[in-house]
Amino acid sequence: MYQIMSKKTLAPAIHEYEILAPKVAKKAKAGQFIILRVDENGERIPLTIADYNREAGTITIVFAEAGYSTKKLGKLNAGDAVQDFVGPLGVPSHVDKFGKVVMVAGGVGVAPVFPIAREMKAAGNHVVGIMGARSKNLIFWEERMKEVCHELLVTTDDGSYVRKGFVTDVLREYIEKEGKPDLVMAIGPLPMMRAVANLTKEYGIKTMVSLNSIMVDGTGMCGACRVTVGGETRFVCVDGPEFDGHLVDFEEQLMRSRKYKAEEQHALNRGGCGCGGGGKCHG
Amino acid sequence: MAKQIIPKKHPMPHQDPQVRAKNFDEVALGYTEELAVAEAERCLNCKKPLCKQGCPVGVDIPEFIALVKERKFDEAARVIKRTNALPAVCGRVCPQENQCEKFCVVGKKHEPVGIGRLERFVGDYIMNKEEEIEKSEPTGYKVAIVGSGPAGLACAADLARWGHSVTIFEALHTPGGVLMYGIPEFRLPKRIVQKEIENLKKMGVEIETNAIIGQIASLDELLNEEGYDAVFLGTGAGTPYFMNLPGENLNGVYSANEFLTRSNLMKAYRFPVSDTPIKVGKKVAVLGGGNVAMDAARTALRLGAEEVYIVYRRSRAELPARLEEIEHAEEEGVKFLFLTNPTRYIGNEEGWLTGLECIKMELGEPDASGRRKPIPIAGSEFVLPVDIAIVAIGQGPNPLLTKTTPDLETNKRGNIVADETGKTSKEGVYAGGDVVTGAATVIKAMGAGRVAARSIHEYLMAKGPKKN
Ligand SMILES: Cc1cc2nc3c(=O)[nH]c(=O)nc-3n(C[C@H](O)[C@H](O)[C@H](O)COP(=O)(O)OP(=O)(O)OC[C@H]3O[C@@H](n4cnc5c(N)ncnc54)[C@H](O)[C@@H]3O)c2cc1C
Ligand SMILES: Cc1cc2nc3c(=O)[nH]c(=O)nc-3n(C[C@H](O)[C@H](O)[C@H](O)COP(=O)(O)OP(=O)(O)OC[C@H]3O[C@@H](n4cnc5c(N)ncnc54)[C@H](O)[C@@H]3O)c2cc1C
Ligand code: SF4
Ligand code: SF4
Ligand code: FES
Repeated sequence: MYQIMSKKTLAPAIHEYEILAPKVAKKAKAGQFIILRVDENGERIPLTIADYNREAGTITIVFAEAGYSTKKLGKLNAGDAVQDFVGPLGVPSHVDKFGKVVMVAGGVGVAPVFPIAREMKAAGNHVVGIMGARSKNLIFWEERMKEVCHELLVTTDDGSYVRKGFVTDVLREYIEKEGKPDLVMAIGPLPMMRAVANLTKEYGIKTMVSLNSIMVDGTGMCGACRVTVGGETRFVCVDGPEFDGHLVDFEEQLMRSRKYKAEEQHALNRGGCGCGGGGKCHG
Repeated sequence: MAKQIIPKKHPMPHQDPQVRAKNFDEVALGYTEELAVAEAERCLNCKKPLCKQGCPVGVDIPEFIALVKERKFDEAARVIKRTNALPAVCGRVCPQENQCEKFCVVGKKHEPVGIGRLERFVGDYIMNKEEEIEKSEPTGYKVAIVGSGPAGLACAADLARWGHSVTIFEALHTPGGVLMYGIPEFRLPKRIVQKEIENLKKMGVEIETNAIIGQIASLDELLNEEGYDAVFLGTGAGTPYFMNLPGENLNGVYSANEFLTRSNLMKAYRFPVSDTPIKVGKKVAVLGGGNVAMDAARTALRLGAEEVYIVYRRSRAELPARLEEIEHAEEEGVKFLFLTNPTRYIGNEEGWLTGLECIKMELGEPDASGRRKPIPIAGSEFVLPVDIAIVAIGQGPNPLLTKTTPDLETNKRGNIVADETGKTSKEGVYAGGDVVTGAATVIKAMGAGRVAARSIHEYLMAKGPKKN
């Protein structure tokens, strides 16, 4: 069992847990993910590593209550424990000195973006953060992002905080004003990542996205997570989760992400997930 | 004088096909003591037992069968366990018709002795009894086993018995490898696998689940930082192959591994009691003809599919699955489309599979494998309307570990290279099972695990007593 050391509710139906898993914490790198199971009947839920503390032996995860399993997870409290917790999974982000890097975060995507932005800054890049959410009450980790970004631009879909607009609006304005960055990285709901990739394609800016395909094992054993990248089938769990956004077949990914919609009828009504991508979160 | 031999094996009681096609309980119910003794009577107790040569681990078949005849079931178990640690498993899943029973002398004129059924009987008999565990003095040596499939379990058992301190690392949340996530409950009840794993734990073997070597620790870290004196790699062949046909990523196209893992390991057949969903559909096509294909097809039936087809490019005679599984699948109503090869998947606008285009085949000249090569018949394409397709055309080794261990030699298919003693290109590192041979059988994996255990033991003993 893996104990929840602390719980914070960051926004409606969005929670941050610190989970005790020293071996995972020892190895975790920005861009990787874990898979957890709440209990004996639980499904395997993939979640990105939002932070890690090697001394305390903890991994931080941030998740939105999207359906049945994440709602079940959200019911736990500090002191409770999850049955299984495996990781770190996937290939770490490729961090190098690129020059100017724009990190675009949609909704809960702020959480996985944070450690990568921190690494990018440490590697000597000029880091620009763009974070968006549907509404003011869904904005979180703004302070943390400020610490790891040289510039941070915030937006809300409804204009209830800072400004009105999608992250892509902010990105376009930024590029028009400041010129092309050397790398864009986008993490958030699929439609948001697709929109960012389409935009940067116009400008010819290299763009990485972190895919959240449906998974089972996360070890390359089942192929549930397949994605077409540049015409070839890849497994997100072992070949990714980050891929060149200009090569990903987003239409196929969107269709695949809807696979179990009907089966999850028994799930409770969904809470808002706070995606700032202008699209419906989780497909 | 030659005695009169009953020409046929004593049949094993089975669940009725109509009933069992709707449940996940075991299909074959096993011999009673009376039936086992009667079947044992059919064995001639040959001086030169050919059957034994057919068994990959050389079980002392006449010896154990003679003990069954005398109702000395405990002793029979001890004889089997000298070479095969998991009789209850192998009696159920070995392809006996290609191994021990293929060579049985009785089989020349009649049906061979039901060696597998007898082995299963003995295995089940002792399953319910406490076994005394013989263990040597602790040697102080630490061995890590990566992967908890039959290869890893068998290797761990021997090493623990010889006094080494053994830790198994398993990537998934439940130990057992394919025995847990692949082979369905109705063929191999999971309590049997878990019982064997409990026995290992009683011997002092530590099992760490949720531990992927290559991610949580590299092989070098196990050896150099975590103090393991030797490592055995039994990571299996878990990566599913696809056919690379157009439309393969449509919703509704599963690998057999995913379909079976959702059902077996994640218990999707109990959805929504268990949280993991599975799509079953009304019409299901399974691509392939091995055990994996039969398991997927029969699982789909049990999950409620109305029609299930096995699409296989050769003919019935070439089906690589165990004969018993083919017969069971037929009895349960799985439909076989032989000499048929898929050419592409057809989907609707929402990205869902609606059909599988296939082409008819005919058998030509024998190919390298000695089997007649199927060739497509031009213009014979047709569409099989299905909403689920399950690809069961084979699996390759998982690269997670080898990727992070560049100095471990692999072949071009990604299999770890090991000699006949299990030794790899890396000092102190041994390997066996599907990761070395490619997808094979439970008994071969177990045999390889035991051979490697012997090599590891010799390697450690040659170092002398453990110094701290
Ligand atoms: C590598 C990776 C990292 C992720 N990181 C995060 C994160 O940091 N924070 C966060 O909130 N979410 C993250 N997700 C998404 C998260 O795993 C899903 O929201 C969750 O599995 C939904 O489960 P559910 O039963 O609550 O939702 P439902 O919508 O009811 O799920 C129905 C079924 O579809 C699957 N599913 C649905 N949506 C997704 C999805 N987006 N990704 C994967 N499987 C899905 C579920 O496994 C389930 O079987 C990540 C996904 C992946 C693959
Ligand atoms: C559906 C199906 C049906 C079958 N039916 C039969 C049958 O009827 N009869 C028969 O004889 N054979 C059958 N087989 C084949 C047989 O199951 C295999 O040959 C056998 O299980 C191989 O054993 P193994 O120990 O080498 O590997 P596996 O059983 O594959 O076990 C490997 C284990 O290692 C773990 N692992 C992998 N990488 C890592 C890592 N880096 N770190 C930690 N753990 C790791 C995996 O999660 C897995 O649990 C079947 C196979 C399948 C898939
Ligand atoms: S282990 Fe398999 S091959 Fe060997 S005797 Fe038993 S059933 Fe036959
Ligand atoms: S070959 Fe057949 S008859 Fe002879 S010992 Fe083996 S099982 Fe018995
Ligand atoms: S999740 Fe199973 S292969 Fe990626």
